[in-house]
Amino acid sequence: MNTQVNLAGIKMKNPVTVASGTFGYGREYNEFFDLSKLGGIITKGTSLKPRSGNKAPRICETASGMLNSIGLQNPGVEYFAEYDLPWLRKFDTAIIVNACGSSIDEYVELCKILNTLDIDGVELNLSCPNVKAGCMAFGNTYEGVKQVTSEVRKVLDKPLIVKLTPNVTDIASIAKAVEDAGADGVSLINTLLGMKIDIDKKKPILANNTGGLSGPAIKPVAVRMVYQVAQAVNIPILGMGGIINGDDAVEFMLAGATAVSIGAGNFVDPYTSVKTVLGIEDYMKKYNIDDVNDIIGKVQMN
Amino acid sequence: MPKMLLAKLVKKEKLKEDIFKFSVEAPKIVNTSKQGNFIEIRVSENIEPFLRRPISIYNLDKEKGILEFIFQVKGKGTEILSKKEEGDLIDIIGPLGYGTFDYENYQNIAVIGGGIGVFPLYELSKNAKKDGKNVNIYLGFRNKNFVLLEEEFKAVSNKFILTTDDGTYSEKGFAIDFLKKDVEEGKIDAIYACGPLPMLKAVRSFAIEKDIPCQISLEERMGCGLGACLGCAVKTANSPKDAPEYMHVCKAGPVFEAKEVEI
Repeated sequence: MNTQVNLAGIKMKNPVTVASGTFGYGREYNEFFDLSKLGGIITKGTSLKPRSGNKAPRICETASGMLNSIGLQNPGVEYFAEYDLPWLRKFDTAIIVNACGSSIDEYVELCKILNTLDIDGVELNLSCPNVKAGCMAFGNTYEGVKQVTSEVRKVLDKPLIVKLTPNVTDIASIAKAVEDAGADGVSLINTLLGMKIDIDKKKPILANNTGGLSGPAIKPVAVRMVYQVAQAVNIPILGMGGIINGDDAVEFMLAGATAVSIGAGNFVDPYTSVKTVLGIEDYMKKYNIDDVNDIIGKVQMN
Repeated sequence: MPKMLLAKLVKKEKLKEDIFKFSVEAPKIVNTSKQGNFIEIRVSENIEPFLRRPISIYNLDKEKGILEFIFQVKGKGTEILSKKEEGDLIDIIGPLGYGTFDYENYQNIAVIGGGIGVFPLYELSKNAKKDGKNVNIYLGFRNKNFVLLEEEFKAVSNKFILTTDDGTYSEKGFAIDFLKKDVEEGKIDAIYACGPLPMLKAVRSFAIEKDIPCQISLEERMGCGLGACLGCAVKTANSPKDAPEYMHVCKAGPVFEAKEVEI
């Protein structure tokens, strides 16, 4: 049975990765399982300089999911390169750094540094809904996405995946901008912008008022968008949004994803990602599929 | 190192209409747990409610491998949990939290708690008493109907004060006023607190003013409880207003040095 996939030039032993911001830099989860079991790890969103993040409460639970407004708290790329990367490199898994910035210059400076590091690829974060500048502000127009991606492409030789926000009218056109700008892949979806109100206090629960919705609640939206993007572009897709088991992962792959990410599911059960790897294999056995690549994009529309 | 396991509920007690005490068999968690640690419980195998519930550890029986926790039914998660019966298995991750209550260096300690915040203070008091410390306990409750665990805490104390805000039971007033008096008289070397935010704020300010070592146990809305999601942020004391710095309750806490955090 072959479970290897090639995501935008990144060879992975299986199609399962963990989504940025839900897995830190891996240390917390290595206490539960060997990280080498994963196809890849997408790191916490990492910026040029350290970021302290938003005020608390940053998290609140919603129906079959949760809202977060962390605000990209991270120790910065220098700290990552010195402290986390050498540790992560001990594992036999692809390391993809989620890169975020507040301006084009910042994205470019960051990616210049990332280009010199021993990493397998970059996931360009043009989709965080929880910061005032950058990210989703670039990610919600064709021109914005194309501009940032093109500038980054000039300085980055490593595989470049761009993470898209679902908070747009036409995600297919945004994905096209990624492809037109020369990126190697797209990942989607980031969280859907949401809000929850405490009816006793008559105030939003999150200190930032709004936050990104994730978890099983968003899965149908994510599957639909992965399908639409798969029809619009020829570059591979890293699919995510509410995946908690192998069946969910297969759904994304049938819709057109080459690989998948486990996000909020990591919080509920730290073993969700490794269970998903096994779940995909179970599906392959059930339908006598020898190569996991034969699942990709094989949905038959009615 | 935290473990995820299914722990058997061996004893279920109803302390109040909406407050339950569960004793579960979890030797692998109990072995490595310390006073101040917490656990995360998944109340449903389904996706609703979605996240785990962080709950503090009340008591550890290291010999029998029994962990006890007490919780109040506050929402749908704790309501589902309260319906578990003896013999049921409960999905637990623990022990969690690296900041724990440290009393080793002090002889005369004050333990102050309020309302349902008293639960994580029992294991601390019990261990300190066993280690020959002079344990002074101050517990505050709203009124007679809210009083909890009086006998249990009394048994692990050298001095025990219980207050109700309205005087319907025991001493009238706030627990902190009795603590303050003992501190002023030089009877206390260190303070350990858990309870409602106004109480914690008052204890923290007082301890800083008197320059007396003080640890407080905090809570905040959590995503993972493991230190990965960075959700449960608490502001680091004296960090710049325009660029505040944060620590996390699940990782640096839940027990913090009072002077290190801003609440």
